[in-house]
Amino acid sequence: MEVVLAVILVLALAWFVSAPLRRRAEEDSAADELEDPRVAELEARKEAKYRQIRDAELDRAQGKLSEEDWRRADAELRREAIEILKELDRLRE
Amino acid sequence: MIGLGAASLVAAALGCLYAAAAALAGARRGDRRLVDSARRAIYAVCALLTVCVVVLESAFLRSDFSVELVADHSSTTTPTLYKATAMWSSQGGSLLLWAWVLSIAASAVLFATRRRHRELVPYATAVLAGIGLFFCGLMLLADGANPFARLDPAPTEGVGLNPLLRHPAMAIHPPMLYSGYVLFSIPFAFAIGALVTRRVDASWIRSTRRFALLAWAFLGVGILLGARWSYSELGWGGYWGWDAVENASLMPWLLGTAFLHSIMVQERRGMLKVWNVSLICGTFVLALLGTFLVRSGILESIHAFGASTVGGPLLGLIAVVLLGSAALIVSRLDDLRSERRIESLASREAVFLVNNLLLVGLCAVIFWGTFFPLISEALTGERSSLGGAWFDRYTAPLAIVLVLFTGIGPLLAWRQVSAGSLWRLMRWPLAATAVATLALVAFTDAASEPLALVLFSFACFALAALLSEFARAAAARRALAGGSWAGALAQAVARNRRRYGGYIVHAGVAILFIAVAASSSFQTSSDVRLRPGDSATVGDYQVTYERPTTAIDPAEERLTFGAVLDVDRNGSQFAVLQPQRNYYASTAAMGSGPVRSFFEGEATSEVGRRESAGGDLWTAMRPDLEPLDTMITGADRRLMRLARGADPADPQAQQQLSYLQGLAVRSVADRYEAEGLPIDLRVNVNPFVIWIWLGGGIAICGALFALWPAAAARRRSVSDVYAARLARDLGRA
Repeated sequence: MEVVLAVILVLALAWFVSAPLRRRAEEDSAADELEDPRVAELEARKEAKYRQIRDAELDRAQGKLSEEDWRRADAELRREAIEILKELDRLRE
Repeated sequence: MIGLGAASLVAAALGCLYAAAAALAGARRGDRRLVDSARRAIYAVCALLTVCVVVLESAFLRSDFSVELVADHSSTTTPTLYKATAMWSSQGGSLLLWAWVLSIAASAVLFATRRRHRELVPYATAVLAGIGLFFCGLMLLADGANPFARLDPAPTEGVGLNPLLRHPAMAIHPPMLYSGYVLFSIPFAFAIGALVTRRVDASWIRSTRRFALLAWAFLGVGILLGARWSYSELGWGGYWGWDAVENASLMPWLLGTAFLHSIMVQERRGMLKVWNVSLICGTFVLALLGTFLVRSGILESIHAFGASTVGGPLLGLIAVVLLGSAALIVSRLDDLRSERRIESLASREAVFLVNNLLLVGLCAVIFWGTFFPLISEALTGERSSLGGAWFDRYTAPLAIVLVLFTGIGPLLAWRQVSAGSLWRLMRWPLAATAVATLALVAFTDAASEPLALVLFSFACFALAALLSEFARAAAARRALAGGSWAGALAQAVARNRRRYGGYIVHAGVAILFIAVAASSSFQTSSDVRLRPGDSATVGDYQVTYERPTTAIDPAEERLTFGAVLDVDRNGSQFAVLQPQRNYYASTAAMGSGPVRSFFEGEATSEVGRRESAGGDLWTAMRPDLEPLDTMITGADRRLMRLARGADPADPQAQQQLSYLQGLAVRSVADRYEAEGLPIDLRVNVNPFVIWIWLGGGIAICGALFALWPAAAARRRSVSDVYAARLARDLGRA
C-alpha cells in the first residue's frame, strides 16, 4: 500500500513538473506574459520615485521641509519621474 | 506510512537537484520551459516535504517507537502538545523543519514572481533549490540525521522529551526561530540572482522586502519566546545570559534590522547597493551560523540540545556561501556603484547609515564575544570565555546611541532638512525628554546608574519624537480632509502603513530597551536559605516560607518538591508564590537506583512569580536533598535486591516492583514534607520586565502592520493621480 502511494505521488508530481517541457517552444505563450527585465527595473524606479514624491509632500505637510526646500525637491523628483515614464513608453512601444 | 515519508524525502532531494539543474540550464539556454519546470519542481518539493512532516508528526502522535526519532524524543506519557512539537527537539526533525519551511517560502516567492524578473529568477531558483538540496542531503547522508530511521525491534517505551523543553514557549520557539532563519534565504537568493545577472537595481528588493520583514518578525518572536522560556524555566533569574545560542539568534536579527533600513535608502536614493547585498549575504551566513551553533555543540550552551553530526557539513555550506557571495560582490563592484551621494548629514538617509553602522557594530561585538572561546583556543591553546559583564560593557553604549537614533530618524526628511525645520521638529521631543529626565532624577534613584539614566532619556526622546510624528500626521490629514483627530490619525496611518508600521516598531523597541535597562540596572536579588516559618526581606518585600509541598506525576515520571511562600509588602499580604523544583526519572541514571534516578536525571525549575507593570517578584527554589540521602540509599538497596530476585519476563512481578518504587518515592516525598527540610531560595525583584514582552509584542505588531499590503485600488488611484499630474507636466515641458 505504502509503495503504491509513494509511486502514485511521485508519478503525479513528475507529470506536474514536466508539464512545461511537454509544450513546444512555439506554443510557449508564457514568455509573452513575462515582464521585460528593463521594464521591471523602470517600474521599480517609478514606484520608488512616486513614493519619494508622496514622502516629500507628507514631509512638507508635517513641517519637515520648508516650502522652498519642498518646491526644489518636488520639481527635481518630478523631472526624474518624467524621465522614467518616457523611458517606459519607449520600451513599450 | 514511515516508508512513504522516507521515499518522499529521497524524492524531495532529487526534486531539489532537478530544480537547480533545470533552472540553471533554462537560464543558460534562455529556455523558459525549463525555468517553469524548475519552479514547479520547487512546488513539488514543498508537497513532498509536507508529506514527510505529516508522516513524522503522525508517528509522534501515535507513539510509533519503531521510528528512532520518536523513541528518542517522545514517550507514551509525553503530553499530546509536546508529542506534536517534539519533532524539532531532535536533529533530524529540526533539519526537516528547516527544509520544509524553506520549500514553503520558496514556493511562495516563486509563485509571486512567476511573471517577473525573467533573468534573475532562474538563478534565485537555483540558489533556493541548492539550499534545499543541502538540507535534504544532510538528512539522508549524515549519520543519525535521517528522521525516518527505524529501530528493529521497536522498544515498548520511548525516552521522552527533555523536560526542559516541556514549556509552551518552547513548543513554538524553534519553528519561529527557524522560520526567521529560513525566510532570510529568500532575499539572499534574489540578491545572488541580481548579482549574477547584474540587475542590481531595486527591483529584487521590491519583490523580497516583505519576506525580509517577515523573517525579521519571526526571528524577533523566536528570540522573545526564548527569553521568556529562559526567564520562566531555567531558574537563574534572567531572560538573557549572552549564551552562544541566544547570541546566534540575535546576530542575524541585528543585521536583518540594518538591511531593512538600508534597502529603503537604495529604493529611494539608489545608494548603498554594495552595502545592501553585503548585509543580506551576511545575514544569511549568520542564520546558517545560528543553525550550526545549535546543532554542532561547538560552543557550550544551555540551549544546545542535540549531539550532532552535521556541524562539519554546515560549516562547509557557510564557507561556500561566504566566499561565493564575497567573490560575486567584488566582481560586480562596477555595477553596484551608488547613483547619488548623501547631500546632508541632517537627512534620513544619513541617520539610516549611522543606525546601520551601530547595528553592524553591535553584531561585530557580539560575534567576537560569542566566538572568543574558539579564538582564544586557536591563539593560546586555552579556551576562555567572556562573561555577561564583558558583553554589557561593549553593547550598552552602542545600544544607547541606537535608541537615540530610533527617535531622530523618523523626524528627518529624505535628502535634507534645514536648520530651522530641524529645530521645529526637535523642540517638543527635547522638551519632553528634559522634563522626563528631571523627573527621573528628582523622584527615582535612576541617577545612581548613569548609563541607565542616559538610556531612559534617549528612549523618552524616541517615544516623544514618534508621538509627535503621529500627531503631525493626524494634523496634516485633518487639514486636508477634516474630521476628528482619531479618524484623521487612522486615515493617515492606514495610507502609509510602511512608514507608520515602522514607527510602531521603533516605539516597541524603545519600550523594550527601557525595560531591559531598568530590569538589569535596578534588579534586587537575594539568595537565602530558609526552613518552614523563616522569613527574609528583599527590597520592599518580606518573604516567609510557609510550608513545603510535594507532588508525584506517575504519567510523566515527575517528582515535584515545592514551597508555599507568603509575601508581604508594607505590612499587608502581597502574594502567595509557589516555586517548585521538578525531578524526572532518568533511564540513564537507573543504575544508581530506582529512587535516586529521579535526582540524577533532568531537573527543572518552575519559578513562582508575580508580574505587574512596575516589576516582577520572581522566586526559584532548590531543596536541600542531603538529609534524604540515607533514606534514598536504603530504599534503593531494598528495591534493587527485590529486582534481582524478580523474573524480568514476568509482567506481574515487574508491576509489583514498579508499585514498590512508587511507594518508595512517595515515602521520600512524605519525609521532605513532614520534616520541613531547608530550601535555597533565590528572590529577585525585577523592575519593568513585563514591558520587555509588551515592547517586543508592539514591535512585532508594527512589523505585521507594515507588512500588510495597501489596498490595490487605492494604490492604483494614487499612482494614477501622479501619472496624470506628471503627464500634464510632460505636456507643458
